[in-house]
Amino acid sequence: MNRTVDVLVVGAGPAGLAAAARLAAAGAGRVEVLEREPEAGGAPRHCVRPGFGADARGRPLDGPGYARRAVREALRAGATVRTGVSATGWAGPLALDVTSPAGLERIAARAVLLATGARERPRSARLVPGTRPAGVLTTGELQRTVALFGARREHVGRRAVVVGGEPVARGAVRTLRSAGVEVAAVVTELPCVPVGFGAVPVLTGTVVTELLGRGRATGVAVRGRDGRASVLRCDTVVLTGDWIPDHELARARGLPLAPGTRGPVTDGAFRTAAPGVFAAGGLLHGGEPAPVAATEGRAAADAVLDHLHGLPRSTGTAPVTAAGPLRWVTPGLLGPEAAPLLVRPERRLVRPVLTVAQDGVRLRSERLRGTLVPWRSVRLGPGWTRGADPAGGPVTVRAEEGSAEA
Amino acid sequence: MRAAGGADGRRRGGARVAGEVTRTGPLPGGEGGEGAAYDVVVVGAGVVGAAIARALARHPLRVALVEAANDVGDGTSKANTAILHTGFDAVPGTLEARLVREGHRLLTAYARETGIPVEPLGALLVARDEAQRAALPRLAEKAGRNGHRTTRIIGAGELAAREPHVGPGALAALDVPGESIVCPWTTVLAYATQAVRSGVDLHLNCRVEEVRPGDPHHRLVTRRGPLRTRHLVNACGLYADAFDALVGREDFTVTPRRGQLLVFDKFARDLVRHILLPVPGPLGKGVLVSPTVYGNVMLGPTAEDLDDRTATGTTAGGIAGLLEQGGRVLPALLDEEVTAVYAGLRAATGREDYRIAAHPALRYVTVGGIRSTGLSASLAIAEHVLGLLADCGLDPGPERPLAPVRVPNLGEAFPRPYRDAGLIAREPDFGAVVCHCERVTRGEIRAALASTIPPGGLDGLRRRTRARGGRCQGNFCGPEVRALFEEARNPPGAYEGDGR
Repeated sequence: MNRTVDVLVVGAGPAGLAAAARLAAAGAGRVEVLEREPEAGGAPRHCVRPGFGADARGRPLDGPGYARRAVREALRAGATVRTGVSATGWAGPLALDVTSPAGLERIAARAVLLATGARERPRSARLVPGTRPAGVLTTGELQRTVALFGARREHVGRRAVVVGGEPVARGAVRTLRSAGVEVAAVVTELPCVPVGFGAVPVLTGTVVTELLGRGRATGVAVRGRDGRASVLRCDTVVLTGDWIPDHELARARGLPLAPGTRGPVTDGAFRTAAPGVFAAGGLLHGGEPAPVAATEGRAAADAVLDHLHGLPRSTGTAPVTAAGPLRWVTPGLLGPEAAPLLVRPERRLVRPVLTVAQDGVRLRSERLRGTLVPWRSVRLGPGWTRGADPAGGPVTVRAEEGSAEA
Repeated sequence: MRAAGGADGRRRGGARVAGEVTRTGPLPGGEGGEGAAYDVVVVGAGVVGAAIARALARHPLRVALVEAANDVGDGTSKANTAILHTGFDAVPGTLEARLVREGHRLLTAYARETGIPVEPLGALLVARDEAQRAALPRLAEKAGRNGHRTTRIIGAGELAAREPHVGPGALAALDVPGESIVCPWTTVLAYATQAVRSGVDLHLNCRVEEVRPGDPHHRLVTRRGPLRTRHLVNACGLYADAFDALVGREDFTVTPRRGQLLVFDKFARDLVRHILLPVPGPLGKGVLVSPTVYGNVMLGPTAEDLDDRTATGTTAGGIAGLLEQGGRVLPALLDEEVTAVYAGLRAATGREDYRIAAHPALRYVTVGGIRSTGLSASLAIAEHVLGLLADCGLDPGPERPLAPVRVPNLGEAFPRPYRDAGLIAREPDFGAVVCHCERVTRGEIRAALASTIPPGGLDGLRRRTRARGGRCQGNFCGPEVRALFEEARNPPGAYEGDGR
């Protein structure tokens, strides 16, 4: 079956739903959100903890509450949200092939917003050696297991080791403990971690060298900062963080990827290299909080509206690259519109000097007051790139530590 | 748990009745009268044992396929390079050379008939230095002696045109048409399913611990009780020597040779069109880079001689070595994510040939030393073993057609249910994608769970459907797949009738 809509949004997570709500409310016409999972809402659905803002009456929201509200707002604005629908490939520059229990469809649109999110790298992608026992999973799978089967030890394990030092590791510890699973340790290669692991021992500067066990996991071999090897006994290993965008559709469309994030390159208005195709949220950089993704979704919606109104696509975009101890910077292109930059450090940086430059000319250089940590991004306001020439050479964002000039 | 068929109405000339698949409980044919014994028991339900059981199923015999693991194809047969070899590089004149050549032809035809995905991509042996280039004519000549006469040496220009992503330094290549990629999982499944449907009993979780040779029957003591059989076939793979010892033979020793392999994301599939083989040289066999029928790219294997027959773990050194070598062959490969890291063990015996032998006095056939070509040769090995069993006094009786079998297609190059509008219209479950990375639908998972040989666990389910086998490794679908598995395994009354 062939159909045409105005805007096709792929992914009903925070970014996709926020974009759909804004687009529908702004009169973008038929706005359809495709969600491959049985339920809309995205990753927050499984994060049962506060920290997702507050509802209209000021009561704190947890992840599921946040997800429900996002779905409600998209529906109320007039968007269509379809679950259990998989976009399997491109049928044209702005058309997708879709599979659902209702059959096959080919849906064309005037604009497509990719909001397909991100996932944590599994054991294989992290190249962790050892056997292949059951009981090795990501935080995402852990949370889904608990959501599906309930917080019961039978479905998780008895004693777990959590690997990784991003805030999501805290979520894993919380979920494990709620299921009655003892957490033997948090193991992280980072020299320091965000606070909040309670009584759980945190082994910093420590790498997992081997997974042990046949049938079921029996432990992990680790090597500590001092080079000493030891074995932590456990029947469950939760691998946390280490995000990779779910960029299958973006790549199938031939969109270039940003080397740091492995998400599709966009400009500050979330336009990809393909006219009419936009991208926002975790797809651009996994591991950001839901409100960041939603904010991007809304901003992307504004750019989609411009596109629908036939506003000319701005010409000239300068590539943005990270240098020094920075893991990535987004967006990957800088157009004529002022846009903030999101920067993620590679490691902990104490009061670093950040410099934005283009073609050897310094646009802005400033010492940041605080400490940058690898599990949090820094937002640099539009002022940082003021004066950049969209038709010029690469814009570099560089971080330097040390006591040089302020 | 018992699936399929029943013990009643036993064949011997009558209408064919499907065999039983058992995982628990005592075994038929242990105690009791003469009629309860098997004519042939095949020990080991890997690709070789399953092929032998299938070949025997063409005859009106009482046959059992007995396996220590809880699923078929659970040892070396599940963790190999998944290549259907032509045998071009075998040692000419050996049994292996002949059986691989015949097996390639037989399996290619069988795959077409049963839906096992095979892609005849052809192989390129890429020479990266002068010594290797100089070796190519000799390899072509050897291929000729093995009956493969269409190999051809190509220059760097043609190689670059046919494999544009190959790394710098490639000087020439030997083009070997016919080398194919195949699904090793559904191959075993097709053999075993066809055997069971044609009357063979499959007993899983059934390690043989003792053999008491006798006349007219051997008595096998298994973990699930005794079994009696007139003829016995050892298809125990890595444990073939240990099983030989149970019947008092010490003809060879199996040295497990570990092969570690990396499977890269489907995004890498466009980087390579052929099976890229190294030129074997004094520094070892090197590693190959090959597409898989699932649409991934495989890199490996290492070759490490070990003592431990259970050492299927990977090592940091092994992985690093593979990445280093793979990066030379196909540099862009390393930009992609790794979807699977695994290791398999080949049953090497220190001889450049199989160790297949009939022991007529014992009415016993050993099928050992099937080093790394067992998948390719399996159907030909089975025919050969049938002949050896006749030498051991087995009268197979008249031949009859086997029950038909179609396995679910796991190949990317062939139609899959999620794109089948007609199927989805009839059964909407085939439009419900559960495993998003591999696009496996609920319909396929339920069909596998209800099949003749249902999976023994989630890994077995993966080998029948690809569910949980993709780039997220179950991050998204793991719990739902598990729920479907548990639902199929634990419906009320599922454990009836195992006799305990």
